[in-house]
Amino acid sequence: MSEPGIPTEWWASENFWRKCAIFVTGFMALVLVLLTFHTLTVIEAGSEAGRVPAYSVINHRIGYVMDDEKRRMMPVIGPKAPLFGEELTEAEAMALVDHGKLTVQARNCMNCHTILGNGAYYAPDLTKAWLDPGWGNEQARELLMTMFLKDPPTNARTFGTGRRMPNQELTDAEVRAVIAYLKWMSAIDTNGFPSGFKPLPQGPLTEAPQSQSGASHALGTSPPLAQPRRPSTKSPPPLASAPAAGLSMRGAT
Amino acid sequence: MKIGKINYSELSTAQKLSVKYFTVAMVLFLAQLIFGLVAAWQFLAPDFLFEVLDFNVNRMVHINAMVVWMLYGFIGAIFWLVEDESGVPLVGAWLANATFYVLTVAVTIVVLVYLFVQSGPGDAWTLWLINEGREYIEAPRWADIGIVICMVAFFYNVAGTFVAGRWSGISGVLVLDLVALAGLYLAGMFYTTNLPMDQYWWWWVIHLWVEATWEVLVGCIMAWGLIKTLGARRRIVTTWLYVEVALMFGSGILGLGHHYFWIGTPEYWLGIGGFFSALEPVPLVAMVVHAVYDAGRHSFRSSNHPALAWLIAHAFGNFIGAGVFGFMQTLPQINMFTHGTQWSSSHGHLAFFGAYTTIIVAFIYLTIQRLRGDVWMSGDLHGGWRWKWSLGLLHVGMVGMSMALLIAGYEQSFIERAMGGSTWQAYFDGQTQPWFIQAMWWRMIFGVIMTVGLVLLLVDFVKIGAGDDRPIRAVPSEAIPEPEAQSEELAEAAAGS
Repeated sequence: MSEPGIPTEWWASENFWRKCAIFVTGFMALVLVLLTFHTLTVIEAGSEAGRVPAYSVINHRIGYVMDDEKRRMMPVIGPKAPLFGEELTEAEAMALVDHGKLTVQARNCMNCHTILGNGAYYAPDLTKAWLDPGWGNEQARELLMTMFLKDPPTNARTFGTGRRMPNQELTDAEVRAVIAYLKWMSAIDTNGFPSGFKPLPQGPLTEAPQSQSGASHALGTSPPLAQPRRPSTKSPPPLASAPAAGLSMRGAT
Repeated sequence: MKIGKINYSELSTAQKLSVKYFTVAMVLFLAQLIFGLVAAWQFLAPDFLFEVLDFNVNRMVHINAMVVWMLYGFIGAIFWLVEDESGVPLVGAWLANATFYVLTVAVTIVVLVYLFVQSGPGDAWTLWLINEGREYIEAPRWADIGIVICMVAFFYNVAGTFVAGRWSGISGVLVLDLVALAGLYLAGMFYTTNLPMDQYWWWWVIHLWVEATWEVLVGCIMAWGLIKTLGARRRIVTTWLYVEVALMFGSGILGLGHHYFWIGTPEYWLGIGGFFSALEPVPLVAMVVHAVYDAGRHSFRSSNHPALAWLIAHAFGNFIGAGVFGFMQTLPQINMFTHGTQWSSSHGHLAFFGAYTTIIVAFIYLTIQRLRGDVWMSGDLHGGWRWKWSLGLLHVGMVGMSMALLIAGYEQSFIERAMGGSTWQAYFDGQTQPWFIQAMWWRMIFGVIMTVGLVLLLVDFVKIGAGDDRPIRAVPSEAIPEPEAQSEELAEAAAGS
């Protein structure tokens, strides 16, 4: 389409910019593909990098502690604390988490909630749902989560918004699977997102000295395995404390 | 052709297809606003349609209607320009017609299932038949496959027509961009248990569509639109298009990294995503310069005033909505506090409207002008208040909504994130703040204003040009010669360097 008679500088020519467009697009796409190959190996569940936990992490207590070097919170895998008291193999755990994720997709949770911060903004983020202080303490948590998911409108804690979660008619198996999925999700290292989050009080994140070593495993690369620093709010779990606002707030507006 | 009358039967096959696609697009646009209003009202009155048409259903229809109507709008615009740009009639007209009906029936079924079935048990069947539960691409898998087949057919029509006719810079970029656009959809068509893996590929579809391939697509449409409405020089327009492609893909492809800050992906994405996404506004500035330069150079003497006004609105809306509002929260240090709050919602509203609604509306005005027998659509339009008021109301409504949501987002970032520590209690503390609630009311009010604007726009589409017997203002391309002085200066500069 060049037009004879009109001088064009090389830097303003159609030809130069066509080549630029092709080169830049090709180069950036190549970089993205290379980074994708690397990222995919890092985010394999249970990979060495430790950013995304193996599914059997649901057999353990999951801590969330300040990393002094990075100055942000990091998930830490604590001692055995099997979900619903039932220890699962990696394959069983994966099947359970898988059922939970399928359920969360099938019930369209993401169009009210955010998951890892993505989704809709009508209901709270689920990234650290398992660790939310709203469950009171870890002894009450599984029961409260189960009761809530079985009948959300009745057990809704709307905190004055009046927004209730509709009853999703979840089966018992789906409820357990969703909780397993949320527990696994809480152990993903999200670079400190959401900001400033402090988990509910939980038991120790390291085994007693006489127990087998290696049960505690820091998820990230830098925090020392032996002594994860726990947030100051945490001391041995206050068993006596009321299940934080809990189910008693049903129907509150 | 009878000026001022409907001349549908005299349109070419491709042009008739444009009219069909645009008609469905506008029905879906109206549906998008209605479901948006219902969802907005549920923020204020949460019991409204509780367990009948819950927020998640309304919100899903709201965003899916948008994605689909914009795709319909793009397809309509491409069918509108393909014959003119290639110089030959559409290749595979029968297939193109069949594709339209198949796609539209499929979309109707998907929406009806969303509304009346809504969700299913936690197994793969639900994902195949009802709903995939992944924001923006909720369409069940059977529909995914159907969409891909329709896109392949569409690609055959477009690329085949250019092959049969002539190629240009615009059509070259357009066809390559369509390959990328269709190919990327495949990245969203699988299931995995691994959530970070799921979201990694999910963003390939969402980001590389909205912030890369869609932007380039509208760049092509814009280039053709400026040539048609203003008679802008093809050489300049094409060169600008290449500049925009280089800048858009140069920043947007790795800008994808700003979605990989918090989903479990490695830390290097914080730097890569932050840097490249911060550059994403640059091509949008280039587009503004481009459009304003062309419009000013031709003293706004256009063949279609409403279309030109919406093209200019596109340039600014794209820059402010996608560029500025995106830039505001794209650095990880800020995004940590804003990700997943109403900030994103504010940006999303203004960006989709500014970048995509505007340019599709511009093309619909071009279509109607032709449909009305190449009627006059420059100054002194009969009932010209309608297009001006609808443009004004739609913009006031959208800007007002985005500002209200932005204030809600600010408030959320402070109360929920910075002060409250992102717990559920902190979330609800933020949601019950009077400032948040006021913002939700303002969003509702501006949403109604926008809907009034849309109704007026649709009325204008039906009425504009009707009964007017003045023919279109001629805008011969290459009408404005290159100024002598400037050419000499350039030549001197070249000689001197």
